Amino acid sequence: MAEHPPAPRTAPRLSATFTPEVMAEIRRAAATGIYDIRGAGAKRALPHLDDLLFLGASISRYPLEGYRERCGTEVVLGGRFASKPIHLKTPVTIAGMSFGSLSANAKEALGRGASLAGTSTTTGDGGMTPEERRHSRTLVYQYLPSRYGMNPDDLRRADAIEVVVGQGAKPGGGGMLLGQKITERVAGMRCLPPGIDQRSACRHPDWTGPDDLAIKIEELREITDWEKPIYVKVGASRPYYDTALAAKSGADVVVLDGMQGGTAATQDVFIEHVGIPTLAAIRPAVQALQDLGLHREVQLVVSGGIRSGADVAKVLALGADAVAIGTAALIALGDNDPRWQAEYEALGTTAGAYDDWHEGKDPAGITTQDPGLAARLDPELAGRRLANYLAVMTLEAQTIARACGKSHLHNLEPEDLVALTIEAAAMAQVPLAGTGWIPGREAPGNGPF
Amino acid sequence: MPTIDLRTSALRDLNRALHALAPDTNETRWIVENPDGRHAVAVGLDAAVSVEIDGHVGYYCAGMNKQASVVVNGNAGVGVAENMISGFVHVRGDASQAAGATAHGGMLLIDGNAGARCGISMKGVDILVKGSIGHMSAFMAQAGTLTVLGDAGEALGDSLYEARLYVRGSVTSLGADCIEKAMRDEHRAQLFARLEAAGLAGEVDAGEFRRYGSARSLYHFHVDNAGAY
Ligand SMILES: Cc1cc2nc3c(=O)[nH]c(=O)nc-3n(C[C@H](O)[C@H](O)[C@H](O)COP(=O)(O)O)c2cc1C
Repeated sequence: MAEHPPAPRTAPRLSATFTPEVMAEIRRAAATGIYDIRGAGAKRALPHLDDLLFLGASISRYPLEGYRERCGTEVVLGGRFASKPIHLKTPVTIAGMSFGSLSANAKEALGRGASLAGTSTTTGDGGMTPEERRHSRTLVYQYLPSRYGMNPDDLRRADAIEVVVGQGAKPGGGGMLLGQKITERVAGMRCLPPGIDQRSACRHPDWTGPDDLAIKIEELREITDWEKPIYVKVGASRPYYDTALAAKSGADVVVLDGMQGGTAATQDVFIEHVGIPTLAAIRPAVQALQDLGLHREVQLVVSGGIRSGADVAKVLALGADAVAIGTAALIALGDNDPRWQAEYEALGTTAGAYDDWHEGKDPAGITTQDPGLAARLDPELAGRRLANYLAVMTLEAQTIARACGKSHLHNLEPEDLVALTIEAAAMAQVPLAGTGWIPGREAPGNGPF
Repeated sequence: MPTIDLRTSALRDLNRALHALAPDTNETRWIVENPDGRHAVAVGLDAAVSVEIDGHVGYYCAGMNKQASVVVNGNAGVGVAENMISGFVHVRGDASQAAGATAHGGMLLIDGNAGARCGISMKGVDILVKGSIGHMSAFMAQAGTLTVLGDAGEALGDSLYEARLYVRGSVTSLGADCIEKAMRDEHRAQLFARLEAAGLAGEVDAGEFRRYGSARSLYHFHVDNAGAY
């Protein structure tokens, strides 16, 4: 009897909905009963600045000579109402990251690097440390709902004040710092018992809404004799209205943080599902300022997933005045460096994926309060690396600007950009490459360009 | 004795003049007339002077105060003495919401009632209210004392940390993780000292108060507490 060959079988098929990662998370949740908390920003693929390209100069416009023809990078923040606005050499600033989430050495390194590069750094939830003030030429002092460590002497010592309404990683959410990182020093600065899991409020305790915000800003100005620029930081969710309301409330500067923006510790569900991408937030914010006649008078600082000079140039071309970096700055200091691979593996992760920053076990010594680990980061060397990286970003942005024929980064404009995808074209309101088509806009010349 | 009339002088000039005072200044007593509900009156002071404000003030009067003694002969708007570090702020009338919010030190004395969220996020200040306080008072209060001669509204001490709450009258309800605690001698002594500082020694009996504090059951994230968060 002839044997039948075995019937072909259906190949094992993994679900696109229930991916291995999704299933692992269901099992983790079922085993522990608690949501996943982690650091860093949204990890899923999102429409981003990579989906934009510059149109270099050609016959209709001419480029500037690299190195020889000037391409300015300096930026002034806060000239609207502050008598002492901030002058920076590069539009790349360091975003607010708290002492507590970061070690004192890491904060010092950020200050050193930023100062070498001629830019500003920013405090965070938990107050200002003397190390940070000493090593930061220009320091922005955050005014957060928790008001941990908030004190008028530091307010007067600061170069600018940033009222934090929200963060891109968690618009509408408060902060958390888990007990492992609440050492005596961190606890003392926050007036809390050491070792407890500490929540930061999601709303300010003494104001809600734009009318109150205007009064709060007036108070901060009165306390500091109208000297310091006042920023308002919002997470990107309704950027048009938030930017308009912040400007109307009297802000000098609006800081807009997209959903890719990093965090020290937040629920994963919050990071991945609340807020809108950086790319989608910029044009509405710029539009709000233009509608109020305040574009360039109120500066716009954009953050959330900024990695390179190309990103900087694109954000500025869309109408921002400066950018802020968090995650990229930590990577420049040494975060997630493969040299610590063995230790990352021991923690059940791998270099590049490590995001359990809230646990305080960072092998690179950055997101920790453990003295042994923190000592691994040499603030001088790390500061030097950050300064190098900032210099490279600035040079890259200049390279692109010169290619577009611009004598200052701020002369970049949306007309220099095209989009690679329809989504990016719609969000950034620039044409799909090779066409004149801007989705959502009725243009007469929608034919090929 | 400098007298500033806010109908004819700019608020900015008043605050600037107060900020410019040297530690050894002779001008230690200031009068502010016609505040007319202005916001941010006498904010950011850092000198051992006294400022008396004749009339009602708006938001954030005496905000971030250090050292100074500020007296309001009237009512105060939202956030009076917010984030005070040291010194003494006295409201002779009523205070609105968030009185003494996040204040780190010093004393806030309110002769009348205080609105909602009195002492929210307080970090070491001593607040004494002769009247009653509104709902959600001492929300997330971290340190210091809140003493109330009258009643407290709903959800007193919600998500409380280490602040101590002394209430003589009724409490409509306690917030998450806030419980009544025994009055031991140390608490009676502390309460007595606060009453004394408010000039109430001999007038008010410390024995009539109840103490409320944190059950400390929300100090660590735990799945069984999910309903309480
Ligand atoms: C470790 C860490 C701590 C942070 N702490 C704060 C903070 O205290 N306050 C705040 O407004 N934002 C905080 N952020 C957010 C940053 O200010 C910034 O919005 C974000 O990092 C920008 O996005 P990027 O990380 O993609 O550059 C933190 C971010 C990180 C990575």
